[in-house]
Amino acid sequence: MGVVVFPGSNCDHDTEHVLGEVCGHDVRMVWHKDSDLSDLDAVVLPGGFAYGDYLRTGAIARFSPVMKAVGEFARRGCPVLGICNGFQVLQEAGLLPGAMLRNRGVKFLSLPVHVRVERADTPATTGLAPGTVLTMPIAHGEGNFYAAPEEIERLEGEGQVVFRYTTKDGRLDPDANVNGSANAIAGVCNAARNVVGLMPHPERASEAELGSAGGRLVFEALARAATRVAV
Amino acid sequence: MPKARVYVTLKKSVFDPQGRTIHEALRSLGYEGVADVRQGKFFEVDLGPMPAERARETVEEIARRVLSNPVIESYRVEVEP
Repeated sequence: MGVVVFPGSNCDHDTEHVLGEVCGHDVRMVWHKDSDLSDLDAVVLPGGFAYGDYLRTGAIARFSPVMKAVGEFARRGCPVLGICNGFQVLQEAGLLPGAMLRNRGVKFLSLPVHVRVERADTPATTGLAPGTVLTMPIAHGEGNFYAAPEEIERLEGEGQVVFRYTTKDGRLDPDANVNGSANAIAGVCNAARNVVGLMPHPERASEAELGSAGGRLVFEALARAATRVAV
Repeated sequence: MPKARVYVTLKKSVFDPQGRTIHEALRSLGYEGVADVRQGKFFEVDLGPMPAERARETVEEIARRVLSNPVIESYRVEVEP
């Protein structure tokens, strides 16, 4: 598996740690100037502030050489996971729908949230029962998912909403949707269902010592999806 | 030496949390008459020795591809010869 490193990524080593040390997979870092992903079964775009989030989150990073390779990787049907800033980069690159607005309350939010798995047929949720609630931290200023109302309707109709902010017991609640995302959307996939983005940080919640190990399920799902493609 | 100005704004249909916050601050400062505030971005692009018609085409492309995100933003370009 590969973890892409942009200048300004800051969750790359946490992600590598969880994939390698915690889950026991072969991992290599992929520098943003690399363009050969042929040895990889899955690619993760980690969180951080690629290119300082200048202009818009992910707006400069999407023109990195690696993003052309990630686009081709995705078109081949291989699993791609974007976490937080990685999600924003994938949106800017047109590989995932929607865009992120500033959080509803304008503030940067750093806190644990509960997200409900909506679909099991994506690389981030393979083998997880829909309705499963995972507790993971968010840390973002721009996580307020937006798409035009007709696009939201289409995403819902096509089952492209993968994670939703809920209460701990999986209920929708305006207070649980802390950043004001449309339809409480915390994660989506592309139409081909092999590219997934989510705002919460599973790599920060993959060991019980860190308060929650729910995030590990996301990486284990990704590993299962990667094996399936490799075979 | 054409110079261009690019204005990028959130689409009218998109909620602008920053504009809302500024608007609320203005009201609390006593500017009760202010009906709304929308925040945007402004870019000055110096195109060097480029013919004017190519300059417009180039800046339009830059505004569309890079400076704005069509999902949430629209843009306006002004070119000064």
